[in-house]
Amino acid sequence: MKLKKTVLAAAALALTVGPTAVSAELADDITLVSWGGAYQKSQHRAYVEPYIADNPEVTAVWDESSYEAVAKLRAMNEAGNVTWDLVDVVASDAIRLCDEGLAMEINHDELLAPAPDGTPASEDFGDLIVSDCFIPQIVYSTTFGYRTDMVGSTPPTDVCAVFDTATYPGKRSLEKRPINNMEWALICDGVPKADVYDVLETDEGQARAFAKLDTIKDDVIWWSAGADTPQLLADGEVVIGSTYNGRLFSVIEEQDQPVGMLWDAQVFDLDGWIIPVGLSEDRLARAKDFVRFATDTQRLADQAKYISYGPARMSSAPLVGMHADLGIEMAPHMPTDPENAKNTFLYNYEWWADYRDDLDAKFQAWLAQ
Amino acid sequence: MTAIDSPVLTADGKPLKASLRRALRREKARAFLLVSPLLLFVLLTFIAPIADMLFRSVENGIVHDTIPRTVQALRNWDPGESEVPGDDVFEAFYTDMVFAVERKSHTRLGSRLNYERTGLASLFRKSGRRVGKFDTKDYADAFNALDPAWEDPATWDMLAASEGASLPRSASAFATWLETVEADGNDPFDEEPWDVLYAALYSDLMQAPAGRFENPLLNDAQSAAARFEPVSLRDQFGAIDEDWLDSQVWRTIQTYAARYTPGYFLNSVDLKLTADGVQYRDEGDRIYILLFGRTLYMSLVITISCILLGYPVAFLLANLPLRTANILMILVLLPFWTSLLVRTSSWKVLLQQQGVINDILVALRIVDDASRLVLINNQTGTIIAMTHILLPFMILPLYSVMKTIPPAYVRAAKSLGATDWTAFWRVYFPNSVPGIGAGSVLVFILAIGYYITPELVGGTRGVFISNRIAYHISSSLNWGLAAALGTILLFAVLLLYWTYDKIVGIDNVKLGG
Repeated sequence: MKLKKTVLAAAALALTVGPTAVSAELADDITLVSWGGAYQKSQHRAYVEPYIADNPEVTAVWDESSYEAVAKLRAMNEAGNVTWDLVDVVASDAIRLCDEGLAMEINHDELLAPAPDGTPASEDFGDLIVSDCFIPQIVYSTTFGYRTDMVGSTPPTDVCAVFDTATYPGKRSLEKRPINNMEWALICDGVPKADVYDVLETDEGQARAFAKLDTIKDDVIWWSAGADTPQLLADGEVVIGSTYNGRLFSVIEEQDQPVGMLWDAQVFDLDGWIIPVGLSEDRLARAKDFVRFATDTQRLADQAKYISYGPARMSSAPLVGMHADLGIEMAPHMPTDPENAKNTFLYNYEWWADYRDDLDAKFQAWLAQ
Repeated sequence: MTAIDSPVLTADGKPLKASLRRALRREKARAFLLVSPLLLFVLLTFIAPIADMLFRSVENGIVHDTIPRTVQALRNWDPGESEVPGDDVFEAFYTDMVFAVERKSHTRLGSRLNYERTGLASLFRKSGRRVGKFDTKDYADAFNALDPAWEDPATWDMLAASEGASLPRSASAFATWLETVEADGNDPFDEEPWDVLYAALYSDLMQAPAGRFENPLLNDAQSAAARFEPVSLRDQFGAIDEDWLDSQVWRTIQTYAARYTPGYFLNSVDLKLTADGVQYRDEGDRIYILLFGRTLYMSLVITISCILLGYPVAFLLANLPLRTANILMILVLLPFWTSLLVRTSSWKVLLQQQGVINDILVALRIVDDASRLVLINNQTGTIIAMTHILLPFMILPLYSVMKTIPPAYVRAAKSLGATDWTAFWRVYFPNSVPGIGAGSVLVFILAIGYYITPELVGGTRGVFISNRIAYHISSSLNWGLAAALGTILLFAVLLLYWTYDKIVGIDNVKLGG
């Protein structure tokens, strides 16, 4: 009797599971959200084009909304109509989305492909998995570029050149948010790198950072889009400015502008995918299928052909080769290259997740006054 | 006589009045049906979202929904009596937090409360990580050692049903626990009860009269629990961060526990609601009055510059022969048809320090190369770019009004001996005032809500209140404050419109003809 029941149950299971597994209920559309510009293009060429070549029935749509992803996802979630399938966000946003239950928690080993040598994904990505929802793609850094023709015979070698208006007169551009700026201000005010976050946690430390920023406040053009600083540098509007290293690479190598790279005190950060909560089953299946392909070892290494961001997988690093169009070796342009990473600053995700709201409010009030 | 008294009938024998009324009603119904799609569209896409937005500016359900027990317990706390709330509040808060963390709603609550008191966002996040690892595990171990039945959720279920009245905390915590576990897609009866349930049970048993339970399991547990080492939840929270022992933190939660709050509106005018009443914000946080003032001031400057620049152009257009006027008209309209972003970006190219204007001035030796003019990323940039962008909105109404002023008026004035200036100032200009009025209302109202141009060329000192609203919508996610600011802006515009109507009269505004 018991045996019969088991057989029946197994048959029933096979019947219900079988057809769905075969037709594999995958949606034909996928909406990917990213940052636009050169970065999105690198994603398109490195993973979307090959994926569509393998799955011709799929239409991929890009939405350039990563900058507002948290706000928009929250709104979609409240409206009960999530239209995005895969969202490219920086790690701090991923942490926030995960905390608020807007991004799906995933099992990295189950969802993502292992390295070619069989190392499971969680080990291949290692420490870069900073949140249960986060699927890392690249390591980038926020660092400074300067006009080589405007700094005379003493090009800056130290990040504190930003605060030195006597030696390097002219405007400088900084991002319109506290992250990174507060840390640089403290470092240049004499705080040892290791103590920066301890100091920044106190009211006095925050006041100290603002006081340091006050010394250059009138000389700063604040940017909010990654393309601003490269433009300002190319126009000669600023003498030095912070932006993402890939944008500077593009200004220096692709557009051949008189701009130099200041790798000192570069701040590493991560960018990657999250899957929104609330997708229908077929869309979720498609998103998972795509992300498994798009974050495998080869695809991440391929992306480095188009933009100078380091692949997040350890196994991808040896595969990084030449730039696809310029034919130059990409490794020396990676933020992680030993020559560039002599003095780096470690961005503390947990600290910023905790203090972001506090400091954002203070920073914006400081800016407006 | 009877013919007059009896109603007039139509051909089908019905009274004419009724017939007419029916026909009219049908007519009205048809008209209404015809406009109803548009009406519905406007209602759904315009009125409803605005109403929803206005509502967000006072809505504050998040505190009550996330930590309901704490809100309840805090009602009995009088900050005048004790510096820190009693154990009942900490017990309630512990229970609420454990479930909030599981539902992932505690960080949002922290962000919400952080608007009122900075430091609470980090406090809630930090506590969220630690609240699952409290020493209340000792209670769980002790109860389970006493009787393994406590490990079975069925025991709890049975007790919550039969003795729920004498175990209020445990029963309510258990109910929430069931919901939470089920929401995760698990069967609660396969799970082990969480520490938080044991803590609630301990507190219920300690407060119930001894040995009065019907179920012997509870009586045994009660006598055993009296010998447990008590875990002070206050100390547990205090160990995470001493801010939990700060009465201001609890007073903030108490003040913002209500479902509706004036807090966002107060915030919009640099005030804040504290336990001691409404107060000014700290000097460093007062920015909204400044921004509202700046928005009004800059909109006014832009409107006046539009009048000064637009009036001669409109005058020229209206008085030139039609052929020439049409060509000039195209020149006015051409920028009007060009994308706003393109025009703003071109201003960037023109105005920046290494830009076209500065280069020309330097080449002409009007300005020294070392002291190039700062024309962008400040108020000057915003005013220049927006005056240009809004100029057609001034010229077009002015032109259409001037077109209707008969040239004979001015000729008549001159023939009566007026000079050119008198004829213009006493005769022509008063006739063109309705055009100035219409143009000014249009330009001012458009300017006050402008967003993209100030964002691109305004730097930090040339931005409007709308940029702040956008920041709160998309970056800080403080939608309540954005809604309050938006509401104030909306009513400011309505008020201006009303004042204008009172002073000039809206009937005098002519957009054409």
